[in-house]
Amino acid sequence: MLLYWQLFVTYFKIGLFGFGGGYAMLSLIQHEVVDKREWISATEFTDIVAISQMTPGPIGINSATYIGYSVTNNVLGSVIATFAVCLPSFILVLAIAHSYRKFSANKYVEYAFEGLRPATVGLVGAAALLLMNNENFIDFKSIIIFVIAFILTMFTKLHPILLILLAGIAGLFIY
Amino acid sequence: MNLFWQIFFTFAKIGMFTIGGGYAMLPLIQQEVVDQKNWISQKDFIDMIAISQSVPGVFAVNIAIFAGYRMKGNIGSVVAALGTILPSFFIMLLIAMFFRNFQDNIYIAKMFNAIRPAVVALIAVPVFSTAKTVGINVKTIIIPVASAFLIWYWGVSPVYIVLIAAIGGIIYGKLAKNHK
Repeated sequence: MLLYWQLFVTYFKIGLFGFGGGYAMLSLIQHEVVDKREWISATEFTDIVAISQMTPGPIGINSATYIGYSVTNNVLGSVIATFAVCLPSFILVLAIAHSYRKFSANKYVEYAFEGLRPATVGLVGAAALLLMNNENFIDFKSIIIFVIAFILTMFTKLHPILLILLAGIAGLFIY
Repeated sequence: MNLFWQIFFTFAKIGMFTIGGGYAMLPLIQQEVVDQKNWISQKDFIDMIAISQSVPGVFAVNIAIFAGYRMKGNIGSVVAALGTILPSFFIMLLIAMFFRNFQDNIYIAKMFNAIRPAVVALIAVPVFSTAKTVGINVKTIIIPVASAFLIWYWGVSPVYIVLIAAIGGIIYGKLAKNHK
């Protein structure tokens, strides 16, 4: 029972403070479910990100559904976590839906976003740094894969799914 | 067909066919909701994007809630959100139920050993591309660098970073305005 409540609170928090889109939410999700609650390991978290890239839907939803199930071994856990991550959106979007033009023209909202926008770059950076650990980088081959993947993503328009598939195939040969 | 079902299936289609989520969904949402069905005007669609970015949470869900609400009120927003969420919910649930049985498979393990550093690269690249979009310069670079280090090195919760950044932006905005 406590576990379900913790799932609800954790994902409500992720929904409430997750600014800046998928990748920016990752550091928050990781902080909560890997570091604080220790529900899953860092490698499992990385695997969820990989799976999310290859399956439909946003990472915020995908991680809620996956982690909700894996910590409770029950579909109800998935439902609760997924519902909880969406609940703040419902409350906030419906609250401002009537006067959204006024809201987006509000100068305090505008000021807040001038601070938030550069910070979200840091949130994505933190997500990348947090995942650069001994569990994900097991040897020098990992570093080579990282460098190649980084260059391919940065300078070609290689699709993430293709990149993950290529990495997977490479893994069959080098490990 | 009942409008609620139409909303549900349209957003289910959007949820089903956009891999990677979030911004990848925008062109499909525009095509379905604005161009084909004329449920929402182009101008409202642009406003919707702006507002969905200003609200925390999952971007695609915010858009769905907003669009559903504009079309059919509170129930419309629930129906649109369910449409967006359910396809990925069932797929992820199946993966959660069965993936752990595959994880011990030697070939899967080999593949994921190589996939993990590639995924880290996928996350590292947008740091630089979004820094460009956001317009980070020598003056503002301290904000992302400090945020990243506080979270990564000192284990500060990203919740505090978000709060401090928003409050900092408001204080700075007020001071800068008073100065003019």
